[in-house]
Amino acid sequence: MDAANYLYLSVLLFTIGAVGVVVRRNAIVVFMCVELMLNAANLAFVTFSRINGDLNGQVVAFFTMVVAACEVVVGLAIIVTIYRSRRSASVDDASLLKR
Amino acid sequence: MINLAISVGQTQTPEAVLFWFLAPLTVAAALGMLLVKKAVHSAILMAAVMINLAVFYIAQDALFLGIVQIVVYTGAVMMLFLFILMLVGVDSSDSLTETITGLRPMAITAAVGFGGLMVSLIGRAAIGRDAVGLDLANAGGNVKGLAELLFSTYVWPFEIVSALLITAALGAMVLAHHQRIQLRPTQRQLSTQRFRGESLANAAGLPGPGVFARHNAVDVPALLPDGTPALNSINATLEARGNMLNSGNFQLGNVDTSAGEEK
Repeated sequence: MDAANYLYLSVLLFTIGAVGVVVRRNAIVVFMCVELMLNAANLAFVTFSRINGDLNGQVVAFFTMVVAACEVVVGLAIIVTIYRSRRSASVDDASLLKR
Repeated sequence: MINLAISVGQTQTPEAVLFWFLAPLTVAAALGMLLVKKAVHSAILMAAVMINLAVFYIAQDALFLGIVQIVVYTGAVMMLFLFILMLVGVDSSDSLTETITGLRPMAITAAVGFGGLMVSLIGRAAIGRDAVGLDLANAGGNVKGLAELLFSTYVWPFEIVSALLITAALGAMVLAHHQRIQLRPTQRQLSTQRFRGESLANAAGLPGPGVFARHNAVDVPALLPDGTPALNSINATLEARGNMLNSGNFQLGNVDTSAGEEK
């Protein structure tokens, strides 16, 4: 099987994640879509690592995972803080700067 | 049908079967995550995508990353997501109406454009050789190979990432820290409030819940001497939620005492 198939899959997942970030309004779902995009990039890294016979790609994917974990921790803390003051986790409600 | 069976039987590797079985499932789960209304269902579908990706990693000789994917993503990150979902409210479903007009068609057009561009790009790009495969790089074991890279070439990024993790943990603590706006009332203040208030009706404390000798659960209001329920004997939350039982059901005349003792 051609290893490029994994790249196509990765592109598909990335695109779906990107649409989710734009379209969905619940902040938590938006966050999950960001995670999906990060994971799609990881899949591409792992595939390239295999195509080139080199483990560097896997190390980069490993770092991406760590950074994604940090991002989730801080992001969810922000969501909780916003929810505490506004009683809503919708990204559309936090628009104080607009007025 | 027979042709299909032959072609499946002749697929080069079991990996192809695995890929063509799991890849549509993954894409379907990702699409479902996008389309379902409830955030909890999104989270479950997300976990499915993560597990499928872990299988793909393992199929591509990235054993360590596959295990880490399951442990970190489906284990830690998704549980964190679910935990926050429970905190924020499980039934916080999106209203799927558009707030910005034309956002959805625009997003889908942009996605189709981007996806088509990337797919055609990958389709046209030629590496000029077959995939090398990781047999040589993984000769001493995948974990050993990764560790050798991580602790030699990438040791400085590794240190920075550890600093990043600590900063993230601190940041989460600072963000989630809740500061009291008013001081907590002391016992002395509470007692003053009770006796210096307008009426002395509750000076001896609020009545306890339950009907004497009949039902003493916290969701049954006590009865006043005139037979009306004393609503301040139960938690206001129970009353607001409608979880309060009618104490009239437990008055002497209404209780069926004919039933025998339970064995």
